[in-house]
Amino acid sequence: MTTVRDSSYSAVMARRNEILSQALGMDYSKFERGGLAFDYEAMMDETGFSLDQVRTVQAETGVGNTPLLELRNITELVRSLARPGKGARIFVKDEAANPSGSFKARRAAVSVYQAKQQGYPGVISATSGNYGAAVASQSCMRALKCIIVQELFDGRMVGQPEIMEKGRKCEAYGAEVIQLTVGPELFYVMLLLLEETGFFSASLYTPYSIAGIETLGYELAEQVVADCGRKPDMVVVTHAGGGNITGTARGLRKAGCEKTVVVGASVDLKGLHMASDRDFNRKSFTTGHTGFGVPFAGWPDRADVPRNAARPLRYMDRYVLVHQGEVFYATELLARLEGLERGPAGNISLTAAFALAQEMDRDEVLVVQETEYTGAGKHSNAQLTFARENGIVIRRGDPAENVPGRSIVIPEDHSQITARDFPLDRLRRSLVRNAVGSAGVDKITQADVAFLIEETRASRDLVIEELKRLDLPIC
Amino acid sequence: MEPRASIGDWVQIERIILRVGERAPQVPEDTQATPLISRVKGFALQEGAIGEEMVVETVIGRRASGRLVAIEPSYSHDFGGMIPELLPVGGEALQVLRDRGTAAGDKEVSQ
Repeated sequence: MTTVRDSSYSAVMARRNEILSQALGMDYSKFERGGLAFDYEAMMDETGFSLDQVRTVQAETGVGNTPLLELRNITELVRSLARPGKGARIFVKDEAANPSGSFKARRAAVSVYQAKQQGYPGVISATSGNYGAAVASQSCMRALKCIIVQELFDGRMVGQPEIMEKGRKCEAYGAEVIQLTVGPELFYVMLLLLEETGFFSASLYTPYSIAGIETLGYELAEQVVADCGRKPDMVVVTHAGGGNITGTARGLRKAGCEKTVVVGASVDLKGLHMASDRDFNRKSFTTGHTGFGVPFAGWPDRADVPRNAARPLRYMDRYVLVHQGEVFYATELLARLEGLERGPAGNISLTAAFALAQEMDRDEVLVVQETEYTGAGKHSNAQLTFARENGIVIRRGDPAENVPGRSIVIPEDHSQITARDFPLDRLRRSLVRNAVGSAGVDKITQADVAFLIEETRASRDLVIEELKRLDLPIC
Repeated sequence: MEPRASIGDWVQIERIILRVGERAPQVPEDTQATPLISRVKGFALQEGAIGEEMVVETVIGRRASGRLVAIEPSYSHDFGGMIPELLPVGGEALQVLRDRGTAAGDKEVSQ
């Protein structure tokens, strides 16, 4: 007998854990350690794949082994600004060479393989980003059905060009694309579909997804050693949900690069609300921005899994912000100086690298760890034309005068590109507060304190101070 | 005459998932004032005019119902217009390299 289940928002959200445990094929409760803590490494080991096995799975569908390219002219431009002896060599990992045009193919490869192994008839992912095309492409290669749920339109049913392009690409690979208006209820729609279809949830935030990115960090380390005879000194990673930085840093560590400085970079969209219908089409970047980067670093477990495998504060040595106009400028530099036309959202880390390399020695090596494909919609001209249509002022000037949602200022000069440090301690304090609030505990154990130090890589003093502010006894 | 979809046509349908008043509590005010709308494409399983309810079979074989909004929907996103503010950027940067005697092609690339 088929039971008709209550499909109201509150009823479906109330049974989210039941739906997810069916759709993820993993029992997350066994990693919980009571109080605030859970066993992160045990959860990461649950995939059962070694890094070599992940490489084999990815090689089966043509994922990975992307070129590492030296950006000689951009390095020269950096050196025109740097003090004598400064200006690191900049390399880029050309992830656009993956089958679906971005590093997201790595994340999708392992998830889709797992779905196939476990006998699911298809996969579902809620994503407006490149990950959709990656899941669609991998599903096509492994003969699984695929549904991608996107947040695409504002209330006027005007679609964001970059997301329209990503939807088109999913459809090109034979996926069903469900396109929604703005709102976090995207997750609710995904839960309903998981229940209806019995498909696998190819979440961005499972251990499979993160294991898929570890190969990126590992490969780039191997390539830098082969090309330069040294390990990378700095790797700059575009930061949104935290998976990119987590997986890349884990891969670097597995390659023995413990001393490599791992920097997260986001576009500053301060002041724009991510769930606001009005603000939705005033953003010229749909990912890689602070609207994801800040909240996900400060609380990873806001994701569509019980425990997020992407935990950026465990790995990020610095977090820097750049302006929208600077990224469009850097996208021009990459095309005109290096002959590489790539999508602007993938060039956020390149923009930050341009500023960061100026502080480093000439013999040091900085790696920008991704590029993404470009095309209609996913292009500077498309994004800036759309911005103008939505009342945003585009002009040249000092990019510091950029106001998200109001103006985009293209630098007049390459010396105006800066990477502004975002205080990691602010994110660390936020994580402590969120961990306590989410667990709903009324006292803190020494094990909880140790867990929070691991989670944030903060000093013991900072964690204790933040807990004291919350007035919780530590026993 | 109002265009009609025939059985088997590739169409796009629309459905209200959450009405105003049913939105999630954490949704900001401006979004609360709009319904959550979903659009999907598929092959029409019945005839119908724009605005009429119909059932479609999606590309993966799932059935979905909603109000017909487009027959043979096309992709409309493009490369946008010319952006005068971006146009000079490449040339300016190349001039900096030329002034330093290091522009692409000005000398052999050294290792």
